[in-house]
Amino acid sequence: MNKNPLTKYLRKGSLPHFFCPGCGAAQVMNYFLQAADKVALDFDKLVAVGGVGCTARIPVYLHVDALHGVHGRTLPWATGMKLHNPDLKVVIFAGDGDAAAIGGNHLIQAARRNLDVVMIVVNNLNYAMTGGQVAPTTPQNLRTMTTPYGNVEPPFDVCRLVITAGATFVSRWSTSRSRQGTNAIVKALQHKGFSLVEFVAQCPTNFGRRALRTGDPWKGIQWIEDNSVTRDEAKKLSDEELAGKFVLGDFVDYQRPVFNGSSVFIEETVEGEGK
Amino acid sequence: MAKKRGRVLTGKRFMLGNYAVVEGALAAGCDFFAGYPITPANEISERMAARMPEVGGKFLQGEDELCSIYAVTGASLAGAKAMTATASAGFNYMLEGIGYAVAAELPLVIVDVQRCRGENYATQSDVMQMRWAASGDYEIIVLAPSTVQELFDHMIKAFNLAEKYRTPVIVMSETTIALMRENLVIPDEKDIEIINRTKPTVPPHEFVPFKADPDAAPPLPDLGTGYRILHSLNPHNEHGGISWDPDVFETMYDRVIGKITRNRDDIVETEEHFLDDARIVLVTYGSESRPALDAVNQARKEGIKVGLLRLITVWPVPEKEIRAVAEKVSVILTVEMNIGKYAGEVERVSDGRCEAVRVTKNRGEIHTPGEILAEIKEVAR
Repeated sequence: MNKNPLTKYLRKGSLPHFFCPGCGAAQVMNYFLQAADKVALDFDKLVAVGGVGCTARIPVYLHVDALHGVHGRTLPWATGMKLHNPDLKVVIFAGDGDAAAIGGNHLIQAARRNLDVVMIVVNNLNYAMTGGQVAPTTPQNLRTMTTPYGNVEPPFDVCRLVITAGATFVSRWSTSRSRQGTNAIVKALQHKGFSLVEFVAQCPTNFGRRALRTGDPWKGIQWIEDNSVTRDEAKKLSDEELAGKFVLGDFVDYQRPVFNGSSVFIEETVEGEGK
Repeated sequence: MAKKRGRVLTGKRFMLGNYAVVEGALAAGCDFFAGYPITPANEISERMAARMPEVGGKFLQGEDELCSIYAVTGASLAGAKAMTATASAGFNYMLEGIGYAVAAELPLVIVDVQRCRGENYATQSDVMQMRWAASGDYEIIVLAPSTVQELFDHMIKAFNLAEKYRTPVIVMSETTIALMRENLVIPDEKDIEIINRTKPTVPPHEFVPFKADPDAAPPLPDLGTGYRILHSLNPHNEHGGISWDPDVFETMYDRVIGKITRNRDDIVETEEHFLDDARIVLVTYGSESRPALDAVNQARKEGIKVGLLRLITVWPVPEKEIRAVAEKVSVILTVEMNIGKYAGEVERVSDGRCEAVRVTKNRGEIHTPGEILAEIKEVAR
């Protein structure tokens, strides 16, 4: 039997992984490894960072320096290591809860600072690891374990949020658009500055069974596809027509200075021996 | 025009306590600081913002205390000597990161300038929070400076202990000393002993990242040097792999806790005054030891055989030293500025060998020597 050529990037003994059959996070791990392979990423200089959640498990399987196990604090970790050693390549794997709820303030601040990291957000539209609770990305009216009568809260658009905050590369795809998604990760890995790639991902076990009333991964993928429009298609649609739609595409890609700490020595402005 | 100052500002100074913290940290080799504004710790951040760039280090003003403590953990893993500073309410938030730093065995230093209830009242009310409040079981090292000079000295000691044992170390400052100006002598750079974390001596494929003797910390390579280690909060085996095996859980915690408890004698430091012939002994720590020593000196003049044991290391508890006092004396008075917290530890350790009396003050102000003297006279009657 032929071995998947990407398994060389996995930590020995870490398999089997713990993703459910049909999980989107596992696909995104595959896309990341394809992208890393394509750009010949130096895995000795790579730090993979995961918080808590299904997506946060991805770094556990990669044969790299990795941090794992604290919910929402991926970007602060990354900020510390990048400031001390800007040569590190830092890739963050975060679920929607990790990125946009408990880590939401860190997200907008890191985007504002243009911290030079890649953040891959697997947005499966719910808290999957804990059993399918509502997330700040859950579409309205859908049922979850904590919205038994339907979600009444409007969701975040993670991409619009970080674009507004100042991210310099932002792209969103669904897991079914493997080529576009992989290419977006390639671009993010080559980008200097805060890069975020969001994947709208199926979660058959929790979002699927509870919100969509089906545990069939394919039906979950189809539901995302049915509710997706490309960036160019979206331009022709009214706000009402765009409600509840996932807009897919590369949104921003530009350069500005990256974060190098809150205080940088400039001779003219420094106070002298007074203190 | 300003020019860059050096790392160690050798010489005699008259300095604010919070500034002495910064200079002590720099003398210890600190090259990363992250913090979030909070009174009465602000002067630490402000001076760090000026000093870090002068010495080639990095300064981060985080969006909150969580950002600050985790940036410090990230920087530490990348090879920095990293610290943060906060005050009690901010320390609450940092507990989450301290739990991670303990489990992942990260050298770093946290300064907690204690205050109470949102105001800059003098207090020692965090003494238990520092020891117990992070999640999971752990041991932690906490130092209690009592002067501006000690704020400087303890920063060096804290960084050295953190590096030696791969663990967070807390410097328990207080409003009283943090916002006080006192004489400070900064030694020559060559006279300052610096301890650095050990690095692996074997190549990555031979290195077992979390393997060490039960009383020791394993070497810690910097991120990005090819060792490819998983640093997880979750219970992990010697290879770093996450494990649900109860034996792995027990072994990991036994070593992480044991590297502190089994080295208690190396870590613990106390200071003794008049213990040789004392029948009454004050046990105290931090700024409270100042009026306490004044009271002891006054009582001695009045012929009362009283002594003082100052706890420089508050955690782990100097059990041997407290027990030795309890064996010899008739009364121990625990003097502290809170509702009586550490007194419980003193009572536990003295375990009925002598009478144990609590001299506590919870009014947002330090004890006066007269108040403590009155308590001494009360038990001396």
